[in-house]
Amino acid sequence: MRGLVLAGVVLGAVALWEGLKAAWGIPDYKLPHTYAIVGELFRRTGRGELWLVALGRNALTTGGEALAGFLLGGVAGFAIAVAFIHWPLAEQGLLPYVVASQTVPILAIAPMVVVWLGTGWTSKAIIASYLTFFPVTINVLRGLRAVPPDALALMHSYGATPGQILVKLRLPTSVPYLFTALRISATASVVGAIIGELPVGSAAGLGVVIINAAQYYTFRPTNLWAAILVAALLGIAFYAVVAGAERVLVRGRRPAAVAESE
Amino acid sequence: MSVPTPTPGAMIVLDHVTQWFDAPAGRTMALHDVSLRIAPGEFVSLIGPSGSGKSTLLRIIGDLISPTGGQVQVNGKSPREARRARDYGIVFQSPVLYDWRTVRRNVELPLEVMGYPRKEWTPRAERMLDLVGLRQFRAHYPWQLSGGMQQRVAIARALAFSPPILLMDEPFGALDELTRERMNQELLGIWAQTRNTVVFVTHSIAEAVFLSSRVAVLTPRPGRIEEIVAIDLPYPRTATTRKDPRFFDLVTRVRSALREA
Repeated sequence: MRGLVLAGVVLGAVALWEGLKAAWGIPDYKLPHTYAIVGELFRRTGRGELWLVALGRNALTTGGEALAGFLLGGVAGFAIAVAFIHWPLAEQGLLPYVVASQTVPILAIAPMVVVWLGTGWTSKAIIASYLTFFPVTINVLRGLRAVPPDALALMHSYGATPGQILVKLRLPTSVPYLFTALRISATASVVGAIIGELPVGSAAGLGVVIINAAQYYTFRPTNLWAAILVAALLGIAFYAVVAGAERVLVRGRRPAAVAESE
Repeated sequence: MSVPTPTPGAMIVLDHVTQWFDAPAGRTMALHDVSLRIAPGEFVSLIGPSGSGKSTLLRIIGDLISPTGGQVQVNGKSPREARRARDYGIVFQSPVLYDWRTVRRNVELPLEVMGYPRKEWTPRAERMLDLVGLRQFRAHYPWQLSGGMQQRVAIARALAFSPPILLMDEPFGALDELTRERMNQELLGIWAQTRNTVVFVTHSIAEAVFLSSRVAVLTPRPGRIEEIVAIDLPYPRTATTRKDPRFFDLVTRVRSALREA
């Protein structure tokens, strides 16, 4: 049933695309045919390699960077939230800067990070983590606070230490909130890694492919669209892995608690 | 708070306890000059309308709130020492069970926190689940249980480390009348086996009279003890107790004490 719906949506999108193109007579250099984009994947590059394979290779590079950024941002975001909950003064003083960090265009920061750390995968991972830590911090902070007052009173009645309250009560309470954040971070990490590949000097990755394809867009528009298609699939794959992990880890929970984060 | 020498023959001693809360709107007197003495093995209910400070009083005994004035003794110690010595288990109106733990693991929670040897966790938890009649539900998750069953799990958890005192803050307040009566019956059955000192907060007159050896009637704003009614109905109490004319007399007495409040 779910597969049927999915196929229907894809068919509908293709029909809409082709319909608009025909209705307004949009030329191919502005908007190529959908089948031409798919066909592009099976053309050979100058080196005789299938485009699909070349894109896949670059997607692996980007995926590795995104994964590193996702983990780094997740751990950092989580640590910041835990620190804030235990030191309210730190939260009061630093939270405005955490928020401000997200209003700075990452496109402006990315070249600096590349200059500082070089064009290797670490600089891309750092740039990706810059996008991923924020949703984790904000959501986990909420989750750690979503503890009912009497659950806390109960722990106090046992003489529980702050560490025990954190591990046995606050962290488990925050898990559904954490996964809401990780779903956002999963897609953001791919975007972050691609942005990290845009500054001059990078050799591989979907960002490099996109920059090159964008320069030749009017000449060969299907090239860029094929890269976008692969980038989107990579983001969806990340999201699916997180959603799958959530289903395994929050098994046994009250269905509503899981549904909340859907 | 200085603690005088332990009072013999008393499990809980409240001496001129006063509690106020400061808010922007001004000072609220929650409790005023409350004195009460509870003997070991007694079942004492605190009854009163909302705002009479009965839950506050319970939380003072449990060292979850520090009183503004007066002295409190729990099992011969200060409330803080008593809490650290694990002298009481507590049950709230909401069962506050952890969704991510099975029933058995919920009952094991205090044992884990208190550092009991791991091999004692399951046997103790299962003994407690036997006591509340829920052994066959030990692998269920709390949300798969009815409200009354969840509250029985909360009672099993409160008793898992065999504390001498059981504090209960309107534990059956959210249950329907019939379930509440059945829970009252079961609580007395559990109490007959454990013989804890029980302090029970409620606003149901029938519940207070049915369960208790004494009922302390509190008046609102500020909370004071208006009257202490001794319930001289013999234990074990059953459904027939509820039809006893003496039961009705005592209900009427508590009711009129509440009216005067």
